Amino acid sequence: MTPSTQQQLIIVDRLKKYFPVKTGLLQRTSGHVKAVDDVSLVINRGDTFGLVGESGSGKSTLGRTLLRLNDKTDGTVQYQGQDLHDLSKSEMRKLRPKLQFIFQDPYSSLNPRIRIGDAIGEALIQHGLCSQEEVDERVAEVLALCGMSSYHMDRYPHEFSGGQRQRIGIARAIILNPDFVVADEPLSALDVSIQAQIINLFRKLQEQRSLTYLFISHDLSVVQHLCNRIGVMYLGSLVELGPRDECFSKPLHPYTQALLSAVPIPNPRVKRERIVLHGDPPSPVNPPTGCKFHTRCPLAQSKCREETPLLRHHGSGHYAACHLI
Amino acid sequence: MSTAIEQLAPEQTISTSRPAAVIERSSLWQQSIKKLRRNRTAMLGFIFIIVMFAACFIAPLFSPYASGKVNLAVMNQAPSAAHWLGTDHLGRDVLTRLLQAGRISLTVGLVSMILSVVIGTVLGAIASYYRGIVDQIIMRIADLLMTIPNLPLLFIIGAILSEWKVPTEYRLYIVMLMLSVVGWPGLARLVRGELLSLRERDFMQAAEALGLNDRRKLFTHLLPNIFPLLIVVATLSIGGAIISESTLSYFGLGVMPPTPTWGNMIDAANTLIDFEKRPWLWIPPGLAIFATVIAINLFGDGLRDALDPKQERR
Repeated sequence: MTPSTQQQLIIVDRLKKYFPVKTGLLQRTSGHVKAVDDVSLVINRGDTFGLVGESGSGKSTLGRTLLRLNDKTDGTVQYQGQDLHDLSKSEMRKLRPKLQFIFQDPYSSLNPRIRIGDAIGEALIQHGLCSQEEVDERVAEVLALCGMSSYHMDRYPHEFSGGQRQRIGIARAIILNPDFVVADEPLSALDVSIQAQIINLFRKLQEQRSLTYLFISHDLSVVQHLCNRIGVMYLGSLVELGPRDECFSKPLHPYTQALLSAVPIPNPRVKRERIVLHGDPPSPVNPPTGCKFHTRCPLAQSKCREETPLLRHHGSGHYAACHLI
Repeated sequence: MSTAIEQLAPEQTISTSRPAAVIERSSLWQQSIKKLRRNRTAMLGFIFIIVMFAACFIAPLFSPYASGKVNLAVMNQAPSAAHWLGTDHLGRDVLTRLLQAGRISLTVGLVSMILSVVIGTVLGAIASYYRGIVDQIIMRIADLLMTIPNLPLLFIIGAILSEWKVPTEYRLYIVMLMLSVVGWPGLARLVRGELLSLRERDFMQAAEALGLNDRRKLFTHLLPNIFPLLIVVATLSIGGAIISESTLSYFGLGVMPPTPTWGNMIDAANTLIDFEKRPWLWIPPGLAIFATVIAINLFGDGLRDALDPKQERR
């Protein structure tokens, strides 16, 4: 898709998701885990937006809150101009088929007591997208698309391997013909050969059905391979956002630089500078003041401790939140 | 015209390409049943329960003493060819009464189990679904009932009923109700806990993401997953209900004579003479309770081994 015809499909504006921390006998709220803290981003139609960051940076929570699988704390999520969190429950339910989610764990995301044919087809019937007679045909079609056979329909989840289950999870999301799919680390439970199959499946589906993805991952090489835009999260905030090639060739934020320097290069002779970050990421209950990264940043200055940097534009759609750029 | 076309194309529906050759597969239920059938003690218990039910519900029909008529000519006779387990102080055949009593005791166990499972499941499901204040009210009532020891509670209710002169033929139904009143809180708690943990599982999140409605979520996703647990607990609770009913009836607060139950038959052991000289009056009902409850528990344990979802994943 050319930039001129690009259409903003998802607009996230200052989204926050805090989880209360309850302590003591009376379960009083003593603080909040700021899992998603003031995140704004735009996903264009046809994008594969890669969301990266270390464990606990709030990637999954952002993905879930985006589709209203969690309630938000503050901010808005617009899908084609509609604020998802403002819709009534039944309006949201009607919109669900357009917005799908692929789960990280292929083992717990399928109900063990439901045949996979039913698991894939139930939402079609529920939303009146297809008659009872046609369901089997549609399920067979989408199973074939995902590289499985129609006779798998009568089987139960426990009869499948992890890779097959992940494909069932993808089939379940795809059959509804969604506009937008959030894939929450869909590869992390799979071994490498199957990862490749699933990545190709994602690509194929995007070509055939003009899907828009939010692809959550901590595997940078996969993201580089699959995504055209990238967002980097640290401790609940977006620190860098931009086109893939920009982000990978000239990362602006020191955190992104450190992250990229940790990607293994499959060539033992290549020597390069590793930026090693010391310490652990601070607790999201009590994030550092100013720039959240200043406690581990090799370049931190006194300004970083006091002022929160904003996500600023640095040319060609490349944004970063750092005082030093 | 149209009929001709219909005749030309008789039911030519598009067949989906499922291979006719059935590969050997099984659902979780079929696997569980297989596992259960391999469990010898559980099957032994199951067979005993079936035999007991058959004996209690069918055998009295063929007994010459089924009317339970008082016959003082043959009172307090020891077991003989005519009366295999002897007669009681009113000349009634003990074996026939034992089987008739089994009918009542088993029915009470079964019905009160069904009642408490239904009440417990519905209230537990409501509590876990609405949470908040509804949850608090239901669970605090359940807690309250659980803090009072069952037996004294049953005694008090029984005593009140005796005071109110409830007709004896209704006592039976009231005992069933009483037992389910003390039986539901544990079940409600179990169902609520299980549902609360299930709804956080990914596949329930998936159901939400797919936009399934509440009815579909509850009946096809949640309940089938707690069904195995319910079956196990329900089975085991039949045994408990039988014991409770017998205890109540033994103390004269449950089902009243002349309606026989295993509990009020053991009441015969209350007098020293019957206890010492006429063991055929109280040993058979005692043994019947003992064996039935053991059989139910063995079968229930087998069910637990076969169905328990925690053992499914290994």
